[in-house]
Amino acid sequence: MEAAHAHAHDDHHHAPAGIGRYFTTTNHKDIGSMYMWFSLIMFFVGGFMALVIRAELFQPGIQIVNPDVFNQLTTIHALVMIFGAVMPAFVGYANWQIPLMVGASDMAFARMNNWSFWLMPPAAALLVGSFLVPGGAAGSGWTLYPPLSIQGGISVDMTILAVHIMGASSIMGSINIITTILNMRAPGMTLMRMPMFVWTWLITAYLLIAVMPVLAGAVTMLLTDRHFGTHFFNAAGGGDPTMFMHIFWFFGHPEVYIMILPAFGIISHIIPTFARKPLFGYASMVYATASIALLSFIVWGHHMFTVGMPAAGNLFFMYATMLIAVPTGVKVFNWIATLWKGSITFETPMLFAIGFVSLFTIGGFSGLVLAVTPVDITLHNTYYVVAHFHYVLFSGAIFSIMGGAYYWLPKWTGHMYDETLGKVHFWLTAISFNITFFPQHFLGLAGMPRRIPDYAPQFTEFNQISSIGAFLLGFSQLLFLYVVIKCIRGGVKAEAKAWEGAEGLEWTVPSPAPYHTFETPPAFH
Amino acid sequence: MKKLRVIAGAIAASLPALALAGYDVNIPAPKTPISMQIYGLHMEILWVCLAIFVVVFGVMFYSLFAHRKSKGAVAANFHENHLVEVIWTLIPFVILAVIAFPATRTVLAMKDASNPDMTIKVTAYQWKWQYDYLNDGVKLYATLSTPRDQIGSPEEHGKITNEHYLLETDNNVVVPVGKKIRLLITANDVIHGWYVPQLGVNQYGIPGFIKDTWFQANEAGIYRGQCSQICGKEHGYMPIVVEAKSPEDYAAWVKEQKAKQAEAAQPADKVSMADTTAR
Repeated sequence: MEAAHAHAHDDHHHAPAGIGRYFTTTNHKDIGSMYMWFSLIMFFVGGFMALVIRAELFQPGIQIVNPDVFNQLTTIHALVMIFGAVMPAFVGYANWQIPLMVGASDMAFARMNNWSFWLMPPAAALLVGSFLVPGGAAGSGWTLYPPLSIQGGISVDMTILAVHIMGASSIMGSINIITTILNMRAPGMTLMRMPMFVWTWLITAYLLIAVMPVLAGAVTMLLTDRHFGTHFFNAAGGGDPTMFMHIFWFFGHPEVYIMILPAFGIISHIIPTFARKPLFGYASMVYATASIALLSFIVWGHHMFTVGMPAAGNLFFMYATMLIAVPTGVKVFNWIATLWKGSITFETPMLFAIGFVSLFTIGGFSGLVLAVTPVDITLHNTYYVVAHFHYVLFSGAIFSIMGGAYYWLPKWTGHMYDETLGKVHFWLTAISFNITFFPQHFLGLAGMPRRIPDYAPQFTEFNQISSIGAFLLGFSQLLFLYVVIKCIRGGVKAEAKAWEGAEGLEWTVPSPAPYHTFETPPAFH
Repeated sequence: MKKLRVIAGAIAASLPALALAGYDVNIPAPKTPISMQIYGLHMEILWVCLAIFVVVFGVMFYSLFAHRKSKGAVAANFHENHLVEVIWTLIPFVILAVIAFPATRTVLAMKDASNPDMTIKVTAYQWKWQYDYLNDGVKLYATLSTPRDQIGSPEEHGKITNEHYLLETDNNVVVPVGKKIRLLITANDVIHGWYVPQLGVNQYGIPGFIKDTWFQANEAGIYRGQCSQICGKEHGYMPIVVEAKSPEDYAAWVKEQKAKQAEAAQPADKVSMADTTAR
């Protein structure tokens, strides 16, 4: 017993064994994995809410949930997916991949890294647990616009606290990521020779540091308006509800890019790997990413064209928003030029990457439609917008997260995943995604508002198609869970360089990546 | 081939169903000068996007087809080409300018609510609309007229029989055709959105502030819309029904409304001073 214990201790002398390891770990790989499992759990929690929403919308009339519960579901679905699923997934990637990609032994602030993660579960508990308090969860939409959010019960305070905690976690994570990237790169890896994913996360981290405090300010003012007699957003006391929207979207629009820039990074690794050809325009990709980030600060007003801004405001935000199409176009053209004359194969990560480029671009086109103020005014808060941002966030962010998972699973687990099941998962996801969200464009054009539990009968058919698609889409994701677990438990042994065309330092360490890597900086040529 | 025929058959079979359903796949028929411009803008952008989509994804799918490893493709090793990169940065600028020019004209026209023929003040409440006709002195409230038992609840499902389920009100907003109608929109509790697609209007009502917008209906008809900004549990149940009538019919409607209002005001006159103080 004593001997066995000593032996076990010897094997993992850097980490306590058992569950305790995960509470105290400072290892970037452990923390990365925890972020990803957390993200996957929240993805299923948020997905469950989405399915209840789609079930209610299967036909007109109220069948499953009352309108107030419906509003709570749409609100918490959005917050859970944004703050619980997409953002932590990308932070998980940052934790796992950035040290491996820049040749660092760990993240710069390993202990803070642990805290960044462990702030997330309590925040999630507050958010999801708010369904259980009197009055139910916040039902004001995830944008929490006052005065509606002032009317809510204690659940709004829980939501505000959750947002604060997750914001603190994001800021700490971002400081960690920036410090790691700027200080811990392998000798010879200049900024303009960093892997694309590292570049996109560097820029994303700056965005997070710039805007999370803005959100914190907005929700704090909301909190004091609710409980301490301030009137930031109350016209009767000299405040202005519109001001909340301005502050919120000053956070909210960069937030959109926070959720897509790391996705661009992941795709910029997958496509060159399976086209067996270097990324076409590395420098222009970096500049495009930076331009998108800068532009993201001056376009927030396009969420508010129906507020009644002056014509000059409407025009400025229209022009600025349209400009984003240019660097985004540059990115898409670069990916296609990378494919051109490559030697292309279609493993699951590549399928997700191609799905990303095609479907994200549809989201980009509907974004261009919505950028044009007069058209936006007729489509604002309709299902067209719902379709648009799901094309950007699901077939954008989440496709890249899943593609990236298949891409790096061999490195993380040491096993190849089940290729057949992976492909089945991709096709089920891609097809059911389009069945779910494409018809929503038509609903929006026809004038169906979003966030309504019940609708006029002329919207029935497309809603039914969408709901059927949603259930297919939701249940298809269980297959992803199965493939991941299967891959962890066994499978064909992965080589250090799991893919023929893969480039980068992470492929120079064995698969699975040992608990400690790059204890001495690697040579980078 | 057989597969194709099956697919074609399936599409053909579903066509009558589509036609029967009669749902729109586009912005509903525009009925004001502004909504016509919006419709035109949307079509223009849609075609531009479609053209870009065909060209760009034509190239991509050609590459995916022709440059497959399974067909023996060997990877080239080119990257970076300044000329190509400058061209594909500049072309989008030109396309955007082509879209932005007419859009700017429409934005300016939409924002110009000056010199209206009449003004209606719209006040939103949880969950109804109040309309004050500032020129004609008519005042009315509009609430959903669909019976609750058609909507139902999780416990007891409803049966929908009304043709305009959820898009009908007890009092429609009546306006004259061909007149520029300015709306002054506000709200009394939370933010709401006055949204009627065919009139090209979607404007938040914000408590404590008055925002203006305008429309001019080209032809008589009934135009339906809904609250566009989440405003609480009945957000889905505060429709807007605008009835555009000829100026003569409108005048008759005003007369009728005023008579009704006068009648409704009658009992109030008969309340004695004692009653008032007792209350």
